[in-house]
Parts: sequence; C-alpha cells; structure tokens
Amino acid sequence: MAKTFEVNKTIKEINERIKNGKAVVVNAEEMVEIVRSKGKVEAAKEIDVVTTGTFSPMCSSGLLFNIGQEPPTMKTSEVWLNNVPCYAGIAAADSYIGVTEPAEDDPLNKVYPGRFAYGGGHVIEDLIAGKTVRLKAKAYGTDCYPRKEIEKDITLKDLPNAIMLNPRNCYQNYNCAVNMTSRTIYTYMGPLKANQRNANYATAGQLSPLFNDPYLKTIGLGTRIFLAGAKGYVIGAGTQHVKNPARNERGIPLGGSGTLMIKGNLEGMDPRYFRGLSFQGYGCTASVGIGIPIPILNEEMAWFTGVSDADIQMPVKDYGYDYPNGIGRALAHVTFEELKSGEITVNGKVIPTVPMTSHVMSLEIADKLKSWIQKGDFLLTEPVEEIEST
Amino acid sequence: MTENKNFNKIVHLSFPPTVSGRPVICNLGKLYNLSFNILKADINPRHEGSMTLEIMGPEEEFHKGLNYIKENGIKVIPVTQKISRDEESCMHCGMCLAMCPTGALSLDMDTRKVLFELDKCTACGMCTKVCPVNAMENDPQEKENRTT
Ligand code: SF4
Ligand code: SF4
Repeated sequence: MAKTFEVNKTIKEINERIKNGKAVVVNAEEMVEIVRSKGKVEAAKEIDVVTTGTFSPMCSSGLLFNIGQEPPTMKTSEVWLNNVPCYAGIAAADSYIGVTEPAEDDPLNKVYPGRFAYGGGHVIEDLIAGKTVRLKAKAYGTDCYPRKEIEKDITLKDLPNAIMLNPRNCYQNYNCAVNMTSRTIYTYMGPLKANQRNANYATAGQLSPLFNDPYLKTIGLGTRIFLAGAKGYVIGAGTQHVKNPARNERGIPLGGSGTLMIKGNLEGMDPRYFRGLSFQGYGCTASVGIGIPIPILNEEMAWFTGVSDADIQMPVKDYGYDYPNGIGRALAHVTFEELKSGEITVNGKVIPTVPMTSHVMSLEIADKLKSWIQKGDFLLTEPVEEIEST
Repeated sequence: MTENKNFNKIVHLSFPPTVSGRPVICNLGKLYNLSFNILKADINPRHEGSMTLEIMGPEEEFHKGLNYIKENGIKVIPVTQKISRDEESCMHCGMCLAMCPTGALSLDMDTRKVLFELDKCTACGMCTKVCPVNAMENDPQEKENRTT
C-alpha cells in the first residue's frame, strides 16, 4: 500500500532549510511551469515549498470574542457590535459575531434588491483596522453577575480575546453560476442577468489551496497558514466537507467538496486581507485572505502542486430555477482556463464570465506567504490529525 | 455607439441661486426632440441648486439642448466626473464587470486587474450597486459628507 518515492523530504528537514535561509519557495502559479518543464521528480528535488493563496467571499466566518469584566460583573445575554447582533449563549463575557449578520435596523430585502450596507464582516474589518466600535450588551442579572447593561466604545485593544473562528473556508472547487430564468436574480454568486447573460465563478484556480493538495495529504489539524495577514491555523475539516467526491483523472474534485475550519488571532491581521462585503439583494458577507504552504515532500506533491487552470473543471449550474429548488444538475463542466478567458460556451450559447475571487489579491497573498517563509519568519507544521479525503 | 437616435447621456447641472432651473429643463422637451428623466434634484430658492438628468434623443439634439442650458446660465458638469473608483478600496475581484453596459469596466487579461476607463462611462450607476466594497462612488461630494 505504501508508495515509495524517489524524492523523500520531511517537514523537519524543510524547516531546517527555512531557518538557514536555504529553502526554495515558489508560488503555485510559478510551480505550474516548473513541473511542466522539469518533470515532477526534478521539481520535487528543487522546490521545498509551494505557496497558495485565495481571497474570496467566505460566508462561514466570524469572530469569537470576550469583552472582559467591568465591575459590577455581567453575564451578557444579548450583545451588539455597531448594532450588529452577536450570539451570546456562551460564557459570561464571550460572544460570537458572524460575517453574514446584518445590522439590526437593516431594511434587508424590503426594498428589493437590498443593499446590506453593514454587517458582521464590516465590524470585524473595522476592528482589524483599529477603528472604534460601539459595544452594547444586556443581561437579566444574577447574584454573581448583577450588571444588566453596558454600552461603550471599544477597539480591538480593549478585547481580552478576539479570535477569528471560521467554520467553513477554502471550498475546494465550486459552482459556476448562471441564470436561465427571464429576470435578473441576486445571489451569493452575485447578480445574474436573465437568460444566461453572465456566468459568475469563484476560487483562485491554480493558486487555490485545496486544488494544490487535492487529497489533503499535507493539510490537517494544526497546519499553520496565512490568515488575513497574520498567522492562523487549520483546526480540522470544515462544515459540509465532502471526503470522497467524484474526481477527474488528476484527483481534482468535479464540484464543491473539501472545506477547512480555520482559526487565528485577530491581533496582527491586516484589513487589506479581510473585507466586509455587501452583496446586493443577498446579504452581508466577507472576503477572507488565506494562504496555505504546501511542503513538497515527494514527487507526488510536486505533481499535485503543478496543477494548472486547464486541469480544473467546474460545474455550471442554474441559480434561477435549479438551485433554489434543490436540483443538483450541472448544465456543463468547463475548465478554469476557459472561465478565465472571458467567455464559456454552454449548450451552444456563448456566455461572458465574471470572476468573484480577486486573482490579484490571491497572488499577493501567495507571494506574501512566500516572502515570510523565505525570510524565515514562518515555519511549516506537521498536522496533528489528518482530514479525510479519498 | 453607432445608433444616433437612442443617444442617452447623464449630465449633472449646477444652478446659480438666481436661476430657477425648471422652465429651462422643461424646454428641453418642448424646443428640442429630447426626453429626460430627473434622477436627482436638490433645488432651494436663493441657494445654489443641482440636478442630475438623464437625457435621451438624437445626439445632435442633445448637443443643441445642452448649449441651450448653458446659455441660460446653468453650469453643465459632464457626469463622467461623477463616477470614480476608490483605488485603495478596489480589490479587483471583477464582480462589477457583469453589470457594466458600456465596457468602461474591463478585465486586463495579463494582470487580471479590473480596468476603469472614465471616458467610456455613462454614469449609469450599475457598478455602484454591485460593488461589494462600495469602491465605485456615484457622487464624490456625497462621499465627503459621509462620516463614520
Ligand atoms: S466590484 Fe468593486 S472591488 Fe470588485 S473590481 Fe469592481 S470596483 Fe473593484
Ligand atoms: S457607471 Fe459603472 S457600470 Fe455604468 S458605465 Fe460607468 S463604469 Fe460602467
């Protein structure tokens, strides 16, 4: 069962090379050409780490925070940050704010399509940027926690704990969305014009973390990553993780499959790599910048990280009728290379494509992680537990 | 860009306190073969007023009508000045590309950056609603007044 390889490296050895400033690090885009021209064995000998990056809307993200105590003590039961409701059903001063939560007085879709100007993602972006945020909390009062309300301005510095905790990030592959109905619809894939007049797609393609390690051979619980400009960690499979998806001959899943759960300290994050978003007619969310280093332990990992946009297929799905009715049918599969070319052809119809993931920012993140590793500021970790993916 | 009949442009007008804009604007329809939509108006007696107007009709008529407005002491600010992109904020995601009807927003295939060409922009405002980070600004004056 155990495969034997021509090239065998350990994370420990790679870390030694990083510490000595000798590690050879390239981004996932550069790796495509290296593997193509030199072959996987030579590439594996030469390259130690491939850095990936993505900057995409990731709705399943949020912030776990503690507001500290200011006597008389308080067990908060309702909490708001800048008027965005937080979940307070945990210990006395702990709460969680999710990026899709709109401000309490948001008109939502009452005037359709709504704007969703401010929500949980914007609060987190403001905190990262060092801005002042209005904290409001209520409690019913107990003998040990008598205080019933508090309202004050806070900044990130005033929070004893602020931990980004994202239940589902880094979707491995996704749908390309079109609309086959005769009116414009507003979705989490952006606005889709009637009669398939645009096709919206996400992910960073060949730069995307989980396309470069499709079986999650090196990514697991404990993997240190770039998270919004600081260091963060993978803490396991994300919600909705699919461990045994249908795959192409290269191992790339043919639809949405693997996901990661992520955490990291808000302190040190950069608002450039975490942006609160307003999706017209849909709601609030946030773009999260994530970069994952892939250690090139052997020629198999070199081969995987050599994945190019042409090797990635995405299902095209109708969000006008099929998706809301739970119909999973794919109208076609197109390659990421085709999507990036500006138009795709689905059943004979030419449709202009519209990206949702910033390629510019994804590349910047992969390159930033690359420079951290080159400078010896970032060491790789050995996963403590695998994430199942077959 | 070929069909002259359906010329459609948005202009921003600024009225000195002494001029009441209404009759002048109404004459656009009476004296010229034009129709118009008032998109935004802020007119107070004795104060400087402003109006954003969408004008439709043949291109020639449009220019004649515009001259008529100017002759009546109303300042015409081309609306191309009224849409701007906050370069710091734009993350080059590309979402605005879907809605831009004129190609003023386009994708540079080499750098994968989203380009914004002011001279192709008719200030239709579609991108300002789509952009998830509000990087496309409809009215720079509004922005200055907005504080957080
Ligand atoms: S949608 Fe906004 S952030 Fe995205 S490319 Fe367009 S202007 Fe820039
Ligand atoms: S306002 Fe925006 S969408 Fe409309 S033409 Fe100008 S750039 Fe394009």
